[in-house]
Amino acid sequence: MKLRTAFIVLSCVALAGCAATPGTWGWYVIDPRTPNGYNNIRFLINGMGATIVLSLVAAAMSMTIGMLVALPGMSANRWIRLPSRVYIEFVRAIPLLPMLFWVFYGLPVVLKSMGISVSIDAFWGAVITLAISDSAFTAEIYRSGIQSINKGQTEAAKTVGLNYRQTMRYVILPQAIKRILPPLANQFIYIVKMSAFASVIGMQELTRRANELVVTEYRPLEIYSLLILEYLVLVLIISFFVRWLERKMGSDESKV
Amino acid sequence: MPHGNAIEISGLNKWYDDYHALKDIELNVKHGERIVVCGPSGSGKSTLIRCVNSLESHDSGSITVDGILMKDEASINSIRAEVGMVFQQFNLFPHLTILQNLTLGPMKARGMSRKDAEKRAMSLLERVRIPDQAHKKPSGLSGGQQQRVAIARSLCMEPKIMLFDEPTSALDPEMISEVLDVIVDLAEDGMTMIVVTHEMGFARRAADRMIFMDHGEIIETGTPEQFFEAPKTERCKQFLAQILQH
Repeated sequence: MKLRTAFIVLSCVALAGCAATPGTWGWYVIDPRTPNGYNNIRFLINGMGATIVLSLVAAAMSMTIGMLVALPGMSANRWIRLPSRVYIEFVRAIPLLPMLFWVFYGLPVVLKSMGISVSIDAFWGAVITLAISDSAFTAEIYRSGIQSINKGQTEAAKTVGLNYRQTMRYVILPQAIKRILPPLANQFIYIVKMSAFASVIGMQELTRRANELVVTEYRPLEIYSLLILEYLVLVLIISFFVRWLERKMGSDESKV
Repeated sequence: MPHGNAIEISGLNKWYDDYHALKDIELNVKHGERIVVCGPSGSGKSTLIRCVNSLESHDSGSITVDGILMKDEASINSIRAEVGMVFQQFNLFPHLTILQNLTLGPMKARGMSRKDAEKRAMSLLERVRIPDQAHKKPSGLSGGQQQRVAIARSLCMEPKIMLFDEPTSALDPEMISEVLDVIVDLAEDGMTMIVVTHEMGFARRAADRMIFMDHGEIIETGTPEQFFEAPKTERCKQFLAQILQH
């Protein structure tokens, strides 16, 4: 906790120090004391909502798809396991940006040829891409978390008559969640940062707005510095929330 | 008593890849019979009883439990409903309280109401002499207490047959007798049971029949008197000499 505070203070000092160097920095562009600066900073920070909603929806979808992929991936039957392995290997191999282009520009064409006429807007294009691309990693996180639970737990559940679904729900998942949570939080932070790619298909989120302002104000250094700070704040808030959740659920088993 | 035997095992074989873990096992267990299985480690004792409730699959032969032939998912479920099991490592559910450990099966698998399940659970906790621990988590209990909870958890499903897989091997010496007392108690009530154990004192006290296994085979079987006083095979003599010398 102390370390993080020190880190934030240091970053602020560094930025302020830069600001003091004459000629290099032009903070006026986002100086809230001037009308123009105030409008600019509002314009930039207003992208926050879109980034947050995009990340949350994508993360929720990724966690759902990940579970649907992970469960059959642990089957004793290799033919049930196979599709899930293929999905994970395939999705994990596609870089985010090409997938984003494919979903946004390509998928509507595929759908149209199948007689489904839907347009995918920038928001859903980004959500689908982030969710699918992340789901391969979430699936692996679930798998390792679930498989880390002693086999004896499943056996004991069988002997008291629980079926597969009940065993997962009442015995395995409540124990696995503690171990799944920390890496899952990592993935969420990853999604927040990768949501910046949505800017290239025109989604009005943090990065897109920064880009647009740079084009009109010609002050990339200040604007992108603020942009980085915006992501930093978002991620720190998430980390803080996750630490709280971990404490509550007792994820830190070293303290038990 | 209903149809013949509680457990009928015939021509049972099990392989782990190249390793022949169970060789042509023939075993019938009568209703109410108490059997103790012993033998050196790796002899297939645990594998044998784990086959009875299908925690291990077998490669050939047949297993019939209480008249139900083990063949598909449905028959396995019916068999598991008749058979309780206690493990060496207790395998209690660590995230649930003792009471919840006992009521989970009756409530979720049998659809029993919480009130009825808790009532039954509490009476079983009385029986294993730890009713006052009902609201603790398993980690707050000693090994002996945990194993008694595990026995109560099995009994909560009202099984006709109980399997014990080295129930005292993970316990500190001073806790062994408290667990064995509970098992003897159960035996005296006429529960059909197969117990894998090295506790020979317990075997003398509670067993109707001893089974000695080695290298996946049943080498010798007989009453405890025959078994301890006059073992027939050399391997069995050696084994007894080793575990009784202390």
